[in-house]
Amino acid sequence: MSIDNMLLNKRTIASDKCITKLEAERVNLYYGSFQALRNITLTIPACAITAIIGPSGCGKSSLLRLFNRMNDLITGARVEGIVKLDGIPIYDAKVDVVELRKKVGMVFQKPNPFPMSIFENVAYGPRRHGVNNRIRLAETVEKSLRHAALWDEVKDKLEQSGLALSGGQQQRLCIARVLAVEPEVILMDEPCSALDPVATLKIEDLMRNLAEEYTIIVVTHNMQQAARVSDVAAFMMMEEDRAGALVEFGPTSKLFTNPQDKRTEDYITGRFG
Amino acid sequence: MSNALKSRQLSQRTALVFLTLATAIIVVPVLFIIIYTVINGAGAINWQFLTQFPSQAGKAGGILPAIIGTFYLMIGTLVFALPVGVLAGIYLTEYARNNQLTRIINLAIINLAGVPSIVFGLFGLGVFVLAFHFGLSLLAASLTLASQALAMVITTSREALLAVPKGHREGSLAIGVTRWQTIRHIVLPQALPGIITGAVLAISRAAGETAPILVVGAAFILPGLPQSPLDQFIALPYHLYTVSAHVPGMPRSTIWGVALMLLVLVLSFDILAAVIRMKTQRGR
Repeated sequence: MSIDNMLLNKRTIASDKCITKLEAERVNLYYGSFQALRNITLTIPACAITAIIGPSGCGKSSLLRLFNRMNDLITGARVEGIVKLDGIPIYDAKVDVVELRKKVGMVFQKPNPFPMSIFENVAYGPRRHGVNNRIRLAETVEKSLRHAALWDEVKDKLEQSGLALSGGQQQRLCIARVLAVEPEVILMDEPCSALDPVATLKIEDLMRNLAEEYTIIVVTHNMQQAARVSDVAAFMMMEEDRAGALVEFGPTSKLFTNPQDKRTEDYITGRFG
Repeated sequence: MSNALKSRQLSQRTALVFLTLATAIIVVPVLFIIIYTVINGAGAINWQFLTQFPSQAGKAGGILPAIIGTFYLMIGTLVFALPVGVLAGIYLTEYARNNQLTRIINLAIINLAGVPSIVFGLFGLGVFVLAFHFGLSLLAASLTLASQALAMVITTSREALLAVPKGHREGSLAIGVTRWQTIRHIVLPQALPGIITGAVLAISRAAGETAPILVVGAAFILPGLPQSPLDQFIALPYHLYTVSAHVPGMPRSTIWGVALMLLVLVLSFDILAAVIRMKTQRGR
């Protein structure tokens, strides 16, 4: 299937109708004296998949981690500008980062299941958030695993270690772990880059299903993947001082078929990157 | 065969010879010490030797109070060094910002391990015995040995904590779990075997220390076992030092018997540490 056909098959989002879930306004991000992001302004629509694409080192992951404040963990990280979730600034002093991350979950490039059973991996979040009732936990675990399209494969071995699963299964387990805390937004940092093509397609199907209920932002190196799964796409590039900047942002169909910027066109047609 | 190939094979063989030799230089003396101690000391070990008080300045009777004293010391050292060391290790690894001050503190801790043990003894005498009025006692000696063991407990705790993959911490934090919950439920369970191994090695080393306890409460002859932490005590290493250097006419087998008991005690803890490490590694 060519990219064009795929785009035709996909639902198109009327940009004026969609609700804004996350927004960044003139955001600069620094790691010490190094500027990682420059003057980023964009709005992320609710219940859609936004892809962040661009060459290596252009700040895609930094931009993604802006939305759940994972950059806070890096010594010397500093944010200027405003980032909002549902209209509320998330870098305000009174914002509870832990509460924010309950709403904005994250899936990482390398599947990182905990060294515990499949059941405990999924129950981990709810347990830490105070759910101790066994029946409720079991319900949450089943629901999350079903939602992550993993239930049928693991329902008979919930007590086995999560580490014994295949890479693709591990990544779906990590997605189930995030779903179990009932977030509103799911950030995905190259979720398929460590997976084989079959496992990749499974995750992509899953992402499409999840987008019915969740706002998803996905960083990807894979142009076809961005074209296949995303509704909206952001193309980033490094500036001369290596700071990441947003080049173009809009509906995926438009970005891929009729890019406004010459650099976007060069990148998606494979002329560099 | 070409000359180049020959010379490469020769250098390969030479390297192997030197590497094997260096290993042998380490292994042979250790084995020699153990075997020599066993041969000379085994004859002295009997039920009476292990369960009686010394008499005639240690020439007769047993070494029960020394075994019990050393056992108490190990417990005391563990009680003080383990919690403080592990908590400090957690703070330095998980919370402290990576700045100049943290680096200086880490360097200081590494250097702490290199401070001569008699200096720790004098520190204990000045601080615990005199300033805190604990007197010459088990308590003062335990605190002194704990101060010395801390460096090792902190260093091994830090290494064990750092070995936990960053991805596990991030995966937990990224679903709204607090930093402390992450440490408590994800990081510590994985680091625990390494922490315990380090602590066991640290107290086995403390059990063998002679110089520090010499000045903070070890005695050669006491009327009975210590009844409270503020009593003086007899310990194996100091007892060994005294019977071997200060008592004329001491039977050789008794001296080696004491040495053997000390060696058995220390080695059994080292083996325990190795077993813990092996068991948990197999479980991964």
